[in-house]
Amino acid sequence: MAQFLFEADLHGLLKLDTPIPNAPPARWQRKAKESGPGPSPVGVSPMKPANRSHSFSKTPSKTPGKSGSKIQSTPTKAGGDRYIPNRSTMQMEMANFLLTKENDPAEESPTKKEQQKAWAVNLNGFDVEEAKILRLSGKPQNAPEGYQNNLKVLYSQKMTPGSSRKNSRYIPSMPDRILDAPEIRNDYYLNLIDWSSQNFLAVALDNSVYLWNHASGEIIQLLQMEHPDVYISSVSWIKEGNYLAVGTSSAEVQLWDIQQQKRLRNMTSHCARVGTLSWNSYILSSGARTGHIHHHDVRVAEHHVATLTGHTQEVCGLKWSLDGRYLASGGNDNLVNVWPCTQGGGGDFAPVQTFTQHQGAVKAVAWCPWQMNVLATGGGTSDRHIRIWNVCSGACLSAVDAHSQVCSILWSTNYKEFISGHGFAQNQLVLWKYPTMTKVAELQGHTARILNLTMSPDGTTVASVAADETLRLWRCFEMDPIKKKEKEKANSAKSSIIHQSIR
Amino acid sequence: QLGREHQGITLRGSAELVAEFFSYGINSILYQRGIYPPETFTRVQKYGLTLLVTTDPELTNYLNNVTEQMKEWLYKCIVQRLVVVISSIESGEVLERWQFDIECDKTAKDDEGPREKSQKAIQDEIRSVIRQITATVTFLPLLESACAFDLLIYTDKDLAVPEKWEESGPQFIANSEEVRLRSFTTTIHKVNTTVAYKKDS
Repeated sequence: MAQFLFEADLHGLLKLDTPIPNAPPARWQRKAKESGPGPSPVGVSPMKPANRSHSFSKTPSKTPGKSGSKIQSTPTKAGGDRYIPNRSTMQMEMANFLLTKENDPAEESPTKKEQQKAWAVNLNGFDVEEAKILRLSGKPQNAPEGYQNNLKVLYSQKMTPGSSRKNSRYIPSMPDRILDAPEIRNDYYLNLIDWSSQNFLAVALDNSVYLWNHASGEIIQLLQMEHPDVYISSVSWIKEGNYLAVGTSSAEVQLWDIQQQKRLRNMTSHCARVGTLSWNSYILSSGARTGHIHHHDVRVAEHHVATLTGHTQEVCGLKWSLDGRYLASGGNDNLVNVWPCTQGGGGDFAPVQTFTQHQGAVKAVAWCPWQMNVLATGGGTSDRHIRIWNVCSGACLSAVDAHSQVCSILWSTNYKEFISGHGFAQNQLVLWKYPTMTKVAELQGHTARILNLTMSPDGTTVASVAADETLRLWRCFEMDPIKKKEKEKANSAKSSIIHQSIR
Repeated sequence: QLGREHQGITLRGSAELVAEFFSYGINSILYQRGIYPPETFTRVQKYGLTLLVTTDPELTNYLNNVTEQMKEWLYKCIVQRLVVVISSIESGEVLERWQFDIECDKTAKDDEGPREKSQKAIQDEIRSVIRQITATVTFLPLLESACAFDLLIYTDKDLAVPEKWEESGPQFIANSEEVRLRSFTTTIHKVNTTVAYKKDS
């Protein structure tokens, strides 16, 4: 009997199609185990002989079972090896299936066919008999190896290293005061705070408006909406500071007298909530959720004097220029329109400029106080850029990536700078130098996204209100007392020259 | 260009419009999702918007091939769906799937007169869809790893597979969240857009 065993063994050894028992695992098997859930061994095995011939110095040890150890450390490039570095264009499972199904019998009973069809529709989402899926091969090279998808960097940024420059002035990193703003509506599209020239800060908290006297610190509740479901969507002071315009979610624009704390007018011309307001002496412009902008002449009974249709979605930013010649509007349709103050030939208002470069809603709109026709705009989450425009030529003078949703921009009257308010992730205010567009400082403190910014009448303090229900006052544009005296002297000298020339 | 405004929509014109929309739509998706570095994109004016298209010559070539092929198939009304699949390079797992369903009015023939729909109206509709694609970045989950994209086209069963194309599976996402975007129609072709993404566990 023994000789048959010997013969069987011999035959077993000579046959090459059965795996050798007790042999160390082949290199390709080890690789498959290492890479774990990679492509199936079907794709990798053809490489075996070629790999074998190149393995030198690190010969596998004779002991079986020692498979998991990394004997050769080859750098794994995206699931491939040095012959096929990138297997992402191959579909291993599909190829395997197509190869192995060649010889399957086509005999099937009708009910089985029905069942199969139902399964196919379920799995594939379409009827296999009716359609087939094609895929274009020969895809171009992917982005270069070192490319890190920088959206990740964008949204998980912790500290911006930008503000390590030496500042020539001291900007306190803590706010001057923190006020409570409970029940404030966390809606990006509303404009809920404004600071008057008489030093009153108006804040709209859900359905009431409160006035905070900066000088004395006292708080007055100016108004409260009668209807519980109606909320305030915008507030804006007239230049003189004695009247306050209030826009509501019930599409009304109300005018309130501060002295008497009485409502003077209730102007209804819109059909949707009024998210933004802007004054130009006696003309009050209001922007609504429909995308329409109305001009109201508050002195006459027929207040609705003009309609501007340039936006197809909610108007969230609206600002008259300081000389009253242009009105800039930004909407949820990512457009910025610049309107003239007078009608064109046909009696219609048409924008003199339309800027489409923003990729997100434009709420931050601000005119430069020391340079004519210069406008700054900021985009929402999808865009995150601040752009400076010349509205006469239509050119974009500069654009900078702020890495975060921009809710508001304010130019400083004391320095050649502007400040922007942001949301996720740092909820900070950033001071930028103009025109170099470098960061001067970053003011942090808010724990939720900033909703609005407004500036004090003396230009030294900026108030920011955020979704964390706080209002913070930042004294970032404080004037140096010596410089202040120089400025005042310059102003008074100018006026005396004018008097002389008139004489 | 002005003449085209008033001519209405023909089958060929509709196929061109839709193929063009796909080209710009795919470019927007590649930019917004960070598949390729943003520096390789440039701004162009289209549909009254500022859109970003790639400057990479190979990619441009590749997309042009697809657009040309799509034009042909749309003209013949044999394409049902275009899908942009975004998958991780490392693991091959599908992370995002943009599906554009095409409903073709098969009764439209080239010799019949143009249909009534102004170019402007169609442009406005396309504009809304592209804006929505841009706005999706606010809710789509972050793509943590480097990703690659794939284009799948669902065609009629009996279509001869042209060179460079191969058959494929649907590449669905396991455990996905779906969002439907706006649709637009040229009266001959109607395009519905949905985006499916992997639900965060």
